[in-house]
Amino acid sequence: MRQDILNDDSLTFAEKIISVRAESGERIHHPGDITVLPVDLAMAQDSTGPLAIKVFGDMGVPKVWDPSRIHLVIDHTFPASDEKVANLHHLMREFVKKHGVRLVEGSISHQHLLENHVVPGMILFGADSHTCQGGAVGAFATGIGSSEMAAVWASGNLWVRVPESLKVNLTGQFKKGVYARDLISHFIGEVGEDGGNYRSIEWKGPGVKNLSMASRACISNNSMECGCKLSIFEVDPVTQDYFRSVNRKSMFEIHAGSKAHYKDEYNIELDKLEPEVAEPGNVDKVKAVGEVEGTPIDEAFIGSSTNGRYEDLAVAAKILKGHKVKSGTRCIVTPASKHVFEQAINDGLAQIFLQSGAVFTNATCGACVGTHMGVLGDNEVCISSSPRNYVGRMGSITSKIYLASPATAAASAIEGKIADPRRYL
Amino acid sequence: MTTPSILKGRTWVWPDDVNTDIIIPFRFKARTNDPVEMAKYAMYGFDPEFYKKVKPGDIFVAGKNFGGGSSREQAPVAIKYSNVVAVVAESFARIFYRNCFAIGLPALEVPGISKQVKQFDEIEVNLQDWSVKTRDGKVHPALKVPEFLRGLMREGGLVEYYKHHKTFPWEKLETASITS
Repeated sequence: MRQDILNDDSLTFAEKIISVRAESGERIHHPGDITVLPVDLAMAQDSTGPLAIKVFGDMGVPKVWDPSRIHLVIDHTFPASDEKVANLHHLMREFVKKHGVRLVEGSISHQHLLENHVVPGMILFGADSHTCQGGAVGAFATGIGSSEMAAVWASGNLWVRVPESLKVNLTGQFKKGVYARDLISHFIGEVGEDGGNYRSIEWKGPGVKNLSMASRACISNNSMECGCKLSIFEVDPVTQDYFRSVNRKSMFEIHAGSKAHYKDEYNIELDKLEPEVAEPGNVDKVKAVGEVEGTPIDEAFIGSSTNGRYEDLAVAAKILKGHKVKSGTRCIVTPASKHVFEQAINDGLAQIFLQSGAVFTNATCGACVGTHMGVLGDNEVCISSSPRNYVGRMGSITSKIYLASPATAAASAIEGKIADPRRYL
Repeated sequence: MTTPSILKGRTWVWPDDVNTDIIIPFRFKARTNDPVEMAKYAMYGFDPEFYKKVKPGDIFVAGKNFGGGSSREQAPVAIKYSNVVAVVAESFARIFYRNCFAIGLPALEVPGISKQVKQFDEIEVNLQDWSVKTRDGKVHPALKVPEFLRGLMREGGLVEYYKHHKTFPWEKLETASITS
């Protein structure tokens, strides 16, 4: 390990981790420089993996570089909704048999990796844009496409461009009814949907210690919606507590230098945030809930890799307890992993969902990607804790999606229209 | 198969922030591994009939942040197999841009270009000079790209490159830079 680089006070997180891990052994730290990184973990899921398998076959590569470092995750449409999906899942299972790589079924990749594999300092490439969630524990984690994933399976390395970095200073703590999702929605509204494109975001300041691991995972995950390459929380006592709780070691900490250069800096006072809602079509059309309150909805979706963790389900259950989902409105609750699913059953959350009239599903990406378990019809309106409200994302191209926290989605399910969650807390 | 160095074609002009869900919705791309099938859903979010209207050799011209959102490579694949030969945009989302080089779809970043071109104009994309010539004869240089990526694109993407060289272009890379 290059101690001189680790101790260099002038480097951002991204510059430091790339310099330390680069295969060339050279110190490379100017944004725009390109180098090659070794890959510690490579993940593809059921909507990117099948194409990567095809490409790998077309290249004619006989075997993968290291089967223990390759994970195939069946999560987006699990279990298969129809025979076309089932055939692609079958292709993945056959690849697993042939090459001995790891297979995961029925947990969302990002949550599964957080619960079981990601460690600080790791180089993680995923064929899924929300792979940047791994930054929540201080890993270099970012998304790529299927052909580059096939190349990683063959070679175990990949080129990267050193990104510019943005610094966000957080102070204070959330008021009642305001959560990590509201913070990241607010930030995306500020910088725009390409405000983080090619960039590494570092979350800093005294407010960070008030963010749980689930909250950090939500923020790092959803940072993709401003285009970022990395979204980083450095290792701190919250990270260390989390790793103790999941009984995982191999910590390798990278801390940005105090004299590092940032392209832009932002200050956010957590106390000043409101429950935020993004209006249909673009993730950066963000407004305080009061401005869209009363908009009628057909569906409320609580789940996805952004907001399907235990913390999210617990808040939704707290709001739904003793209430009924409005007649004519569907409320769908989908945990992000089998582990979260089991916890929600053991702790009685599942019972609250069922008593309220919500649908409680197995862990999957589900309704978020408009392929099964909550697809929207023509002109239907949904409020969703998932990451994207793009045209046709959850079904018909005439349907509309409002994005909000699980709390806001749960309150809206009760009223059948967009509602302020603070009335229920 | 190498890509010719000058591409002339008819333009389709798209706005800012065209995301990959618009380019190909999940429910279609997650049910096939066949690029020709994917092309039937290209630009579905804007026009489900796009695949009937596009002509071989057409060129996309877009505003900023083309290809944002999902990492789905099926998005540039659907465009490529619609027989669109190049995408020129004011800027690209990161993963979409990488995917274009990986599959050999020419992608050129030209600031201000979407204001210089109208729907169904003729333009010329020069992959040798890495520039775009508009109908008025003006040449607009695209932002620089390292030679190893341009070479990858010219050779048709990672599958073709690997079949030919039995290695990947970055494995011989010493240093490169996008800025200098």
